[in-house]
Amino acid sequence: MAEPETLLHVEELHRSFDVSLPAIERLMRGKKRATLKAVDGISFTMRRGETFALVGESGCGKSTVARLVVGLYRPTSGRVVFAGQELARLKSRKAAAPLRRRLQMIFQDPYASLNPRWQVKRIIAEPLRTHRLVASEAALRQRVAELLLQVRLSPVDGDKFPHEFSGGQRQRISIARALASNPEFLVCDEPTSALDVSVQAQILNLMKDLQRQLGLTYLFISHNLAVIYQMSDRVGVMYLGRLVEIASAERLFAAPRHPYTQLLLDTIPSIEITGREREPVGGEVPNPINPPPGCSFHPRCPFAYERCRRERPELIDVGGTLVACHAVEEDRLPQARAYTEYET
Amino acid sequence: MLEPLLRVENLRIELPTRRGVLTAIDDISFAIAPGEVLGVVGESGAGKSLTGTAIIGLLEPPLRIAGGRITLAGRRIDNLPSEAMRRIRGREIGAIFQDPLTSLNPLYTIGRQLVETIRTHLDLSPAAARDQALALLREVGIAGAEARIDHYPHQFSGGMRQRVVIALAIAANPRLIIADEPTTALDVSIQAQIIALLKRLCRDHGTAIMLVTHDMGVIAETAHRVAVMYAGRIVEIGAVAEIVAHPRHPYTRGLMDSIPRIGGRRQRLRQIDGAMPRLGAIPAGCPFNQRCPEVADRCRRQRPDLLPAAGTEAACWLYDKVLLPAQEAFDG
Amino acid sequence: MVEGVLTAAAAVRLPPGLRRVLDSDLWWSFSRSPVTVAAAMVALMIIGGALFAPWIAPHDPWDPASLSLLDASNPPAWLDGGSWTYPLGTDNQGRDVLSAILYGSRLSLFVGSLAVLLALLIGVTLGLLAGWCGGLTDTIIMRIADVKLSFPAILLALLIDGVVRGMLPRDAQSEIASYVLIAAIALSFWVQYARTVRASTLVERNKEYIQAARVIGVHPAKIVLGHLLPNVIGPILVIATINLALAILTEATLSFLGVGLPPTQPSLGTLIRNGNDYLFSGDWWISIFPGVVLAVLILSVNLLGDWLRDAFNPKLR
Repeated sequence: MAEPETLLHVEELHRSFDVSLPAIERLMRGKKRATLKAVDGISFTMRRGETFALVGESGCGKSTVARLVVGLYRPTSGRVVFAGQELARLKSRKAAAPLRRRLQMIFQDPYASLNPRWQVKRIIAEPLRTHRLVASEAALRQRVAELLLQVRLSPVDGDKFPHEFSGGQRQRISIARALASNPEFLVCDEPTSALDVSVQAQILNLMKDLQRQLGLTYLFISHNLAVIYQMSDRVGVMYLGRLVEIASAERLFAAPRHPYTQLLLDTIPSIEITGREREPVGGEVPNPINPPPGCSFHPRCPFAYERCRRERPELIDVGGTLVACHAVEEDRLPQARAYTEYET
Repeated sequence: MLEPLLRVENLRIELPTRRGVLTAIDDISFAIAPGEVLGVVGESGAGKSLTGTAIIGLLEPPLRIAGGRITLAGRRIDNLPSEAMRRIRGREIGAIFQDPLTSLNPLYTIGRQLVETIRTHLDLSPAAARDQALALLREVGIAGAEARIDHYPHQFSGGMRQRVVIALAIAANPRLIIADEPTTALDVSIQAQIIALLKRLCRDHGTAIMLVTHDMGVIAETAHRVAVMYAGRIVEIGAVAEIVAHPRHPYTRGLMDSIPRIGGRRQRLRQIDGAMPRLGAIPAGCPFNQRCPEVADRCRRQRPDLLPAAGTEAACWLYDKVLLPAQEAFDG
Repeated sequence: MVEGVLTAAAAVRLPPGLRRVLDSDLWWSFSRSPVTVAAAMVALMIIGGALFAPWIAPHDPWDPASLSLLDASNPPAWLDGGSWTYPLGTDNQGRDVLSAILYGSRLSLFVGSLAVLLALLIGVTLGLLAGWCGGLTDTIIMRIADVKLSFPAILLALLIDGVVRGMLPRDAQSEIASYVLIAAIALSFWVQYARTVRASTLVERNKEYIQAARVIGVHPAKIVLGHLLPNVIGPILVIATINLALAILTEATLSFLGVGLPPTQPSLGTLIRNGNDYLFSGDWWISIFPGVVLAVLILSVNLLGDWLRDAFNPKLR
């Protein structure tokens, strides 16, 4: 069987935000311009049909990456290449339209992602109208009904307004809207973080089913490692705008290499471990405006030493996993613990 | 058997609307022993936050307590006039809310807020109160307390702010703390730190905690006992280890099954179809009867009370008699 | 009585849109507040009277042929010397005060509502542009707004009025006087709409449903008009209602000062002005009645605006 094609290629992606004070205040206080490096050199590739997850805590930049991929932000430098084309280079809306049709997004907040004043059928029909995908009103109604059924809602729900639905149902409507233009690629930005656990299970199951039925490719953003465990084929761990580890889900959960990944897996409140006393690693994610020099994790890393403070580590291949860590490179880490028996 | 510190009996909270009176909390009863951590878990709309708000006396009208009683150390507190309740709040019952950003006044230094709280409830001079505040900050793990006591809330990170909020809550050494989603807004690695802090405080001061959250993992790590709420009622209550390992109520089972875990087979998550009924649409009988895989006719007619169910208590007709063979079939 | 109307309405089969309005929280809070209902009825009465003035006014006060100096300065009907042909009396030229009030309200409302509408148009457009485009556009628009705010409304209206008068020949002036007035008042009021819309736009712009529309590839104009506008317009309606009262008052003030409408097309303000001269000679009815009507109109519109603001405030529901 032929190797699945590369659908998304992200190369040395950078995105900075200018967070300086307004010009007058800055002059008066004698402060310099301040820049927030939300994304600081990210590269990864995605094949058609796979689910690639980006995981990290607040401030790591994963949401910014999601928005860069989908074209809501322009990169400060670097490229986002989708199906061989760069969205950022297409100047007019018309030129970008065919690409946009194939690449859609699902958002985190089910309450803010639907226009409260529009009927559901109008919300779902918007991509169809924008890209002129159906010829007549009747065909439009038909397609909207199909989409509603596909996300396990009823066609009569089209006449209602978003506030008449629960969080989980709204997320289904968001999914229906994202699927309207028959996309190949969905960027999912924390799609279940705002939902209750039992509703989350329904939505994750739905997303898996849809992926199978429609051959979709997912870029899945989350801070919840357990959800990522369930959903993804490959995982990228982000910290302060950089990728510190990329591995298949199997390898990442069975044998995490980077100390930050180990920290994350260690600190998840776990149901199996009732009443366990454990010493959580101290420190917090530093302010992204003033990241630490060298390896950005070194203030919290139990294995940090001089080189880590000076030199930023690059991603190196260690037994199939890409890791950015000097200690790993120099083989200084103790034997990686087997975290879990990963079975497919 | 220790006399419970907090006892809630048959509590009923109603919400009058123009479409009629809705029952938000429908006859719940539970108790918290001194020094115990009781987790209250449930999904959105189950009423867990409302319970905490009612206990601390901060129900916003038109919500009102329509029945039952709440007693703290033997003394009834649900019907106190607001001035008396104000004295109890902070001194006997502390509170930690979800969003540390809005729990602190951005215009005052945290030192001032701490000192104000301390002096409201304890009779100390300003200097002594400040010393006490410093001690509190150190106790909740804020490094460099002498310098940071004069900082403003926006100069702290999220996790640090939550520590300050905890310091405020324990300032007057209350016997009970109501913690409403204290770790939900925080990063995972910080959550672990805050949980450890709460557990340590509970141990060192003998404070009881009512921990309200939707995150079963947090409860598993922190609480001794847990009450599972659904549609304004408690459907199961018991020791945490027992409920996590052997949930008895079908809803608790469904909840446990739908939690994604790391390890083991990656298969389809078990899901509970449908959604929790809204306030005006709670069915007669057992509120879970529309979604329950084991529903029987009786469930639609009669509402079950909490019945003993081999280690925990579950509000389910399955446990009406001691049906050992049937239980084994469910556990299998 | 309101309950009766409502029950009757519930029994009748109504089109779904109207049904939704009557079932809504808005209508419920309206029907529960007697003050608001009373204010609404009073306002409706005055507006109705103004709208249908040509048909229901007993006389046409602006037709010189119908005037009779013999009937000049008649007191109101219930006093000595009055008659029911002129229920509220007549002015110094024999014009019926009641009819004058009806026609005058018409003009006041015409000028007031058009001024508010124009201010809305300008303010909402500029606010949307400033909020959506940001950057230089935002700065420019907001600085213009700041400059405008440094002028008091009356002063600005006087200025515009004076300039236009200076530019036009005398006869053209009275023709377009009402339009100049409308423009002057609108230019005084647009800033608050612009600011409110801009603030709401800045908030809504970052919401996910707007981002979703951008990801789909919807044209920015469609996003602003179709998505943003319906969601920012709510508070504006409240301001507009309260502003209507203010606009009418501003027009009345300007007319009173003599720089508003010409004497041949008097509004309530002009009537009050005209009557002022005769106040101390004992013919009080010429200015008091228009004054009362003006006050009542403004009060009821203000009360309606208050109710609307409270009804839209989710915390009070």
